Amino acid sequence: MGERKVTVAAEVGLHARPAATFVQRAKQASMDIAVAKLNGGDPVNGKSILAIMALDVRQGETVVISAEGDGSEEVLDELAAIAAAP
Amino acid sequence: MNLRGVAVSPGVGQGPSYVLSVSVPEPPEGATYVGEAEDEKARAMAALTQIAGELEARGNQAGGEAEEILKAQALMAEDPGLVVKVRSLIDRGLAAPRAVFEAFTKYRDVLAGSGGYLGERAADLHDIRDRVIAVLYGQSMPAMPAPSEEPYVLVAKDLAPADTALLSRGQVAAFVTEEGGPTSHTAILARAMGVPAVVACPGATAIPSGVEVMVDGTTGEVRVRPEPDAAAEVRAAETRRTALSFAKGPGRTADGQRMLLLANVGSPADLEAAVAAEAEGVGLYRTEFLYLDRTAPPSQEEQRRAYRQALRAFPGGRVVVRTLDGGADKPLAFLPAPAEPNPALGLRGLRLYRAHPEVMAAQLDALAAVAEDGLQVLAPMVTTAQDAAWFVRACRERGLRSAGVMIEVPAAALRARDLLAQADFASIGTNDMSQYAFAADRQLGVMSPLHDPWQPALLDLVAMTAEAGVRSGKPIGVCGEAAADPALACVLTGLGLCSLSMAPAALPAVRAGLAAHTVEQCRTAAEAARAQPTAADARAAARAHLPGLATLGL
Repeated sequence: MGERKVTVAAEVGLHARPAATFVQRAKQASMDIAVAKLNGGDPVNGKSILAIMALDVRQGETVVISAEGDGSEEVLDELAAIAAAP
Repeated sequence: MNLRGVAVSPGVGQGPSYVLSVSVPEPPEGATYVGEAEDEKARAMAALTQIAGELEARGNQAGGEAEEILKAQALMAEDPGLVVKVRSLIDRGLAAPRAVFEAFTKYRDVLAGSGGYLGERAADLHDIRDRVIAVLYGQSMPAMPAPSEEPYVLVAKDLAPADTALLSRGQVAAFVTEEGGPTSHTAILARAMGVPAVVACPGATAIPSGVEVMVDGTTGEVRVRPEPDAAAEVRAAETRRTALSFAKGPGRTADGQRMLLLANVGSPADLEAAVAAEAEGVGLYRTEFLYLDRTAPPSQEEQRRAYRQALRAFPGGRVVVRTLDGGADKPLAFLPAPAEPNPALGLRGLRLYRAHPEVMAAQLDALAAVAEDGLQVLAPMVTTAQDAAWFVRACRERGLRSAGVMIEVPAAALRARDLLAQADFASIGTNDMSQYAFAADRQLGVMSPLHDPWQPALLDLVAMTAEAGVRSGKPIGVCGEAAADPALACVLTGLGLCSLSMAPAALPAVRAGLAAHTVEQCRTAAEAARAQPTAADARAAARAHLPGLATLGL
């Protein structure tokens, strides 16, 4: 299973626009996407904007994004870039 | 009727009110359906998809910030977690509207529990939920009023981006909502549109529809049926604020001569106001708050924390800490002073310090422990060159690099040259200087005409001190009431002073007044003032040479 650890750089955290962009991209992927806070709780569905918002990831916090299957590396790279964007 | 809320988008807007009342009933608890579960689920999914599509379409139409917000909301309407929840509730027998209601409420509660930004997003969910339920009930959502000639004040419990996204500046004079906060979408969109807005305004929805409402998005005031000239009055105040706000940053005259504009700070709580007023540092950090009303002196740690807080508030700036100024009108419980017939002429300021060297040692040690480049230490009530030498030596022994003296006793002003031979800088305290120069008790109201900072004799003492500063090449500032008067601030600049320290609230007017005049104008104003025999004449003469003040409304 592929994994990316990303520190969220956006001032609003993984909310608002960054969250929406992230979910929009995740929804295009054929496989499941999971997002969890580093050392913090169960992973949530990366295609659910409500779950991502409820995760309440703030600026400077690190998340682990994981996916498995054909093309997952590419999807993970793109999602990591979105989450890390300032 | 006047209401007050939180101002989130500046400006003044006035017009007839349009009160938007949205009421989608809560589907009854335990409501069930007849027919197949799959059909009920399909009905729910269709409603969710329809609303997601509408939000997306409105977003595309609106563009900009509203587009992003609405597209995020479209994602919420079709959220996979939410969809699963709706389906399973329908499987358990709940009718589609009730299932939608409960599923949204579950997520809403999660977000609301987080408070702040997320809490405000919870209100968005509420709106999406009501729209979906309205579709399921075949109910239409209330429309905005048709565009009319006169822009209206839109009043609502809360506004959803879907409501406001397609409004334009020409249609809406202002927004008022009963709920919402500074990061609510109403606030964000109002700012983006440049329309005044007040949120979290209790009682707003009780405003009758159609009555005239004036909204001040700078102060948070909402006036229902305002006086005819209310808007003009509020706009005039705003024009003045705007005029003053053009002068930004470090203090300088119209021709670019620098004047340090600093803040007087009486406790750590004042630091925020000083930073907000764009002070260039603290010109007078009164340390009495650490000592008053206590039976024992403050600990080293407590002192260090307070000093560090001030230094941190102005990284790279200047912080002038005045050592304990006890005695006279500020008696200290842990240093009982002997009864004095004239406390103002007794053991106070540096004199009290000399009588209790352990208190001084503790304060200077704490200052030395946190010392940074911007830190300057200032002794109050210094009378003679010996006083100055003694204090400066005590600072030097601890490695404190900048030690200054307050000039507030006429004897010190007369011999400023000698004091400056010892000290690194000086600060003129005009309030005490008046008291001593005019033999007039500061506490006595009947003496107040003598405490007019425009008194020519006071101006002479200030001028004399300033001159000694220019000759010795050491900076002299003013930290009394005098510095807070925009006209007098120009005069002080003309006299050759290097810094002015005042209450933070006075900074914008002083900054703007200075920026409106050249050094030459300031000098001429100072000469004209000193040539007069009375305080009133001095003020009038100076102002006659400072034409920019009237233009600024000062």
